[in-house]
Amino acid sequence: MPAGTRVRWAVVSATSVALVATGCGSSGDGGSGGGSSDTSKTFTYQSSEPQNPLQPANANETGGGRIVQNLFKGLADYDPSSGKLRMQVAESIDTSDAQTYNVTLKSGWTFHDGTPVTAKSFVDAWNWAANVGNNQINSSWFGDIEGYKDVHPESGSPTTDKMSGLTVQDDTHFTIKLYNKVSYFPYKLGYVAFSPLPEGFFKDPAGYGQKPVGNGPYQFVSWDHNSQVVTKTFANYQGVDKPKNGGVVFKMYTTAEAAYADLQSNNLDVMDQVPPSALANYKNDLGDRAIDAPQGAIQNVGFTLYQPEWQGANTAKVRQGLSMAIDRDTITKTVLQGSRKSATAWVAEGVEGYKSGTCGDFCTYNPDKAKQLIQEGGGVPGNAVKITYNADGGHKEWVDAVCNSIRQATGVNCSGDPKTDFKTARAAITGHQINGMFRTGWVQDYPLNANFLADVYRTGAASNDTGYSSPEFDKLSTEADQAASIQDTATGYQKAEEQLATDMPAIPLWYYRTNSGYSTNVQNVTFDSFGNPAWTQVEVKG
Amino acid sequence: MGRYVARRLLQMIPVFLGTVTIIFFMTRMLPGDPAAAMWGDKAADPAQLAAFKHQMGLDVSKWQQYLNYMGDLFTGDFGTTMGGRKVTDVIGEAFPVTIQLALLAFAFELVVGVAIGLFAGLRRGKAFDKSTLVLTLLLISIPVPVLGFIFQNVFAIQLGWVKPTVQAQHMTFDQLILPAVVLGSISLAYVARLTRTSIAENLKADYMRTAVAKGLPRRKVIGTHLLRNSMIPVVTFLGTDLGALMGGAIVTEGIFNVQGVGNALYHAIGRSEGATVSGFVVVLVLVFLFASLLVDLLYAVLDPRIRYA
Repeated sequence: MPAGTRVRWAVVSATSVALVATGCGSSGDGGSGGGSSDTSKTFTYQSSEPQNPLQPANANETGGGRIVQNLFKGLADYDPSSGKLRMQVAESIDTSDAQTYNVTLKSGWTFHDGTPVTAKSFVDAWNWAANVGNNQINSSWFGDIEGYKDVHPESGSPTTDKMSGLTVQDDTHFTIKLYNKVSYFPYKLGYVAFSPLPEGFFKDPAGYGQKPVGNGPYQFVSWDHNSQVVTKTFANYQGVDKPKNGGVVFKMYTTAEAAYADLQSNNLDVMDQVPPSALANYKNDLGDRAIDAPQGAIQNVGFTLYQPEWQGANTAKVRQGLSMAIDRDTITKTVLQGSRKSATAWVAEGVEGYKSGTCGDFCTYNPDKAKQLIQEGGGVPGNAVKITYNADGGHKEWVDAVCNSIRQATGVNCSGDPKTDFKTARAAITGHQINGMFRTGWVQDYPLNANFLADVYRTGAASNDTGYSSPEFDKLSTEADQAASIQDTATGYQKAEEQLATDMPAIPLWYYRTNSGYSTNVQNVTFDSFGNPAWTQVEVKG
Repeated sequence: MGRYVARRLLQMIPVFLGTVTIIFFMTRMLPGDPAAAMWGDKAADPAQLAAFKHQMGLDVSKWQQYLNYMGDLFTGDFGTTMGGRKVTDVIGEAFPVTIQLALLAFAFELVVGVAIGLFAGLRRGKAFDKSTLVLTLLLISIPVPVLGFIFQNVFAIQLGWVKPTVQAQHMTFDQLILPAVVLGSISLAYVARLTRTSIAENLKADYMRTAVAKGLPRRKVIGTHLLRNSMIPVVTFLGTDLGALMGGAIVTEGIFNVQGVGNALYHAIGRSEGATVSGFVVVLVLVFLFASLLVDLLYAVLDPRIRYA
């Protein structure tokens, strides 16, 4: 069969999966109950081939990211059950002014090669990662630290290789000085980019990227490209989450369908997310081994506020009207097969500072009110609107459903505007080449509401795709950043979030969920709000 | 013969250069910025993006990039992926997987296809022949993904006879057999039908009557005279099919998690990784050129009337 024909069939494959999947009813013997477990046995997890070397500040795609997370452990991380910040290598991270942080390390931590984890391990690692010349994808994460602009100038070469804001006092103490007050900075420190690096790394970063040496619960064993990354439990791990298993084997899959087939036949123990074709049946297939958990991610449709048609105070009413014309509950139940939950705010559920109902009536389906608001706001320009989205992400179905809902409720001629793939859509959105609405969303970097708000809606923020600029929102969020405690920051951002209901720069649609499952070989599998399993808590049956 | 091969090899040079050039510019004209795509959903930090582009040699004109690429290519340097791995390493991982799978599929369609075609052709119009026609028609009409999912579900998930997916670098026969059968099944139908028709036609040829009349044993009549002469259309088909198999099969590879050429190309195109796509295509062009040369040479072996000078 010619190659061309083979490619053509890819288009129909998704529907044929659904047909076949309904015919399969294999279900395991349940077995999430408390059987005996063997702490020396490893389990397999669905992964994809890491695209970058396994360096902490260079892993932003899921494949490499979750492997690095298990090999390294920073000052703090997030409790998988509550999402709250918990100390790991740090004994404490103290501040009196939200600008200078004093870090005290616990003693006894070592890297997998036996060398101790000291204050210098952190400071050197951060200086190296922030340096623009080292080409780390997440280098901008260090932007809060004083001296960042010297190692990471906007153009030209760095003038120094050390950030002035980082000072080592002794082996277990160092200070971090920031450019501005950022009360929730410790929350950022839970991100894997802030991991320490052993001394050997700096002599051969590329080599360590292939054979990483970290300080996390699992140590690297081997990386067979396109096949698997094998890890084993690190005996001298000092963290609060001691592994209950012997290691994680990350098996590489190209499609969720293949992983699901393996999971059903116990060739794979825990998977990421069941394929869309299995959503309708996975709970039947897997019984009590099926997982349905909330995720810290939200789907929105944004407006091109940088276009003249969408400026002016009155246009907010049009946007609010469009939001009320979307029947979220029906779409999440039918088109999305219960894999999402209707949004009532701009911050995802389960995140510190989440407050339901901030969007209020504007996120409740009400066709009459929708029509009225759109009229009051002067109507949609040309009575037609397009939603730009990437055609390679499985978004067509819900975009069409949202448009149908808008059309039926208000008579506004809404249609989808698919771009071939993700990067084409991104180029059109960030290049301001569109006019109307576009698919957007946010996956948490850390489970705090500031991340969903400051990074997306503040004037000039890197991910502010709508071009939203509200002096009121900016003022409230700056105030929140300078609050005395994380609690106060979260409350402050809740106030800023209310401004979004008034201006409606983006319509919140729904929150993501983790729809997954596990094999009969393992038990005690739970997922956190990042959509990752609580790795160390997984028990392998004896 | 030697001169013919030399001429063919020389002809490959312009074909090769032309294809590489076309592919280079086609992949570089794909919309979207491959460097910015490294940041995924998040906006790229402008300073880091610029530094990254400079390191990857993407901050010069397309023509300069082309000259650099061709220059490197002739020294055996296929460039690096966006993640910094050597493209030759990536090719070196994907091709062995595809080659093993392709050879297994090829052997399956060749042996089973020719055998079925031979028996059907010899017993033209009988029950075996008729059922062959119906079954091969059925195979041709079922889309590959449907066949793939059915086989995977029945033989791997329900019955548990074989493994449902393939693990690259740890491949075993019970992992590869399912995708190989699925991949080979459609070509198998064509091979069977081509062989059958060719056999049935040649049965009436003069040389067959002569062979039978001079009292040759039946095995020799069929093996040496009939089958050999009937293989020419089949070999033509098999030659191009081998090339197609080497190019990988995106859908089948996706279903069975085969991390082969098709899959690697698919993802490289998705990420607009020009160097990776070009690298694979360069190798594929060579595979196709040599496969077609091999087919032409096989003609002469099969049919003594065909001579190359």
